[in-house]
Amino acid sequence: MKQGDQIPELKVTPDKYLPHRYAGASGDFNPIHIDPEFAKQVGLPSNILHGLYSMAQVARANGAAAGGATKLKRLSVQFRGMGFPEQEMTVTGIVKEERDGRVVVDTVAEQGGNQIIRNAEAELEV
Amino acid sequence: MAHEAVGKKYPAVEYEVGREKIREYANAVGEDDPVHHDRDPAKAAGFRDVVAPPMFAVVYSAPAVGPSIFDPEVGINFAMMVHGGQEFVWGDPVCAGDTITTTNEFKDFSEKDGKKFYVFESVSTNQDGAEVCRATWTNIVRGG
Repeated sequence: MKQGDQIPELKVTPDKYLPHRYAGASGDFNPIHIDPEFAKQVGLPSNILHGLYSMAQVARANGAAAGGATKLKRLSVQFRGMGFPEQEMTVTGIVKEERDGRVVVDTVAEQGGNQIIRNAEAELEV
Repeated sequence: MAHEAVGKKYPAVEYEVGREKIREYANAVGEDDPVHHDRDPAKAAGFRDVVAPPMFAVVYSAPAVGPSIFDPEVGINFAMMVHGGQEFVWGDPVCAGDTITTTNEFKDFSEKDGKKFYVFESVSTNQDGAEVCRATWTNIVRGG
């Protein structure tokens, strides 16, 4: 991997019940993620994906690009737009820096053109 | 109030890493590499046991970080809180059978454009004392 290279694009469509499985796996049962009625009561269009689930997709895309999940040594993200179940998410990234056997990948996760994670910076062992 | 709580440290919490919990987490996030699911491929790849995907850090550090969000001395208005940013820096891989100890500190508080920024830093080490993850959690409260 060298500066300017794109990492392989990752596409995933979290199904309707994914937020429930992620809640169980992670222990985060905030109702805005698993209860559409509650989410609407607090002004959201529907229940929204866990930010850390979307971050895990950014991690997965970078780990796959590096040849193994544990090659990911640092990941820093900002959560912006909301992610929703039953919509395809696309993760793309471009190598912006190489140093000391590591590369830094600038990564974005979006759904339907709406960026849900941006300014994500992944450092990979290569 | 939050200013005065900056520097507050929370008690260390131990988490015992189970093989099935790693599998459950890996299935939920779509990490299908066999090293996250079965012992033999994990060992063949040089790991002690089934290895956790890096983002499994949210599972073992949550018990140390979660309570600080509700600490009245920090005073976060949870109803108005959003998770604004997150950083993880990973050290040694985490495998089934490990015991991970996580400490957490309220690291910084600031206000900008009517928003309050609450920053926590957690540090997780394994049973050998090796650092496995250092995490920075940024929570933002709007208008609260």
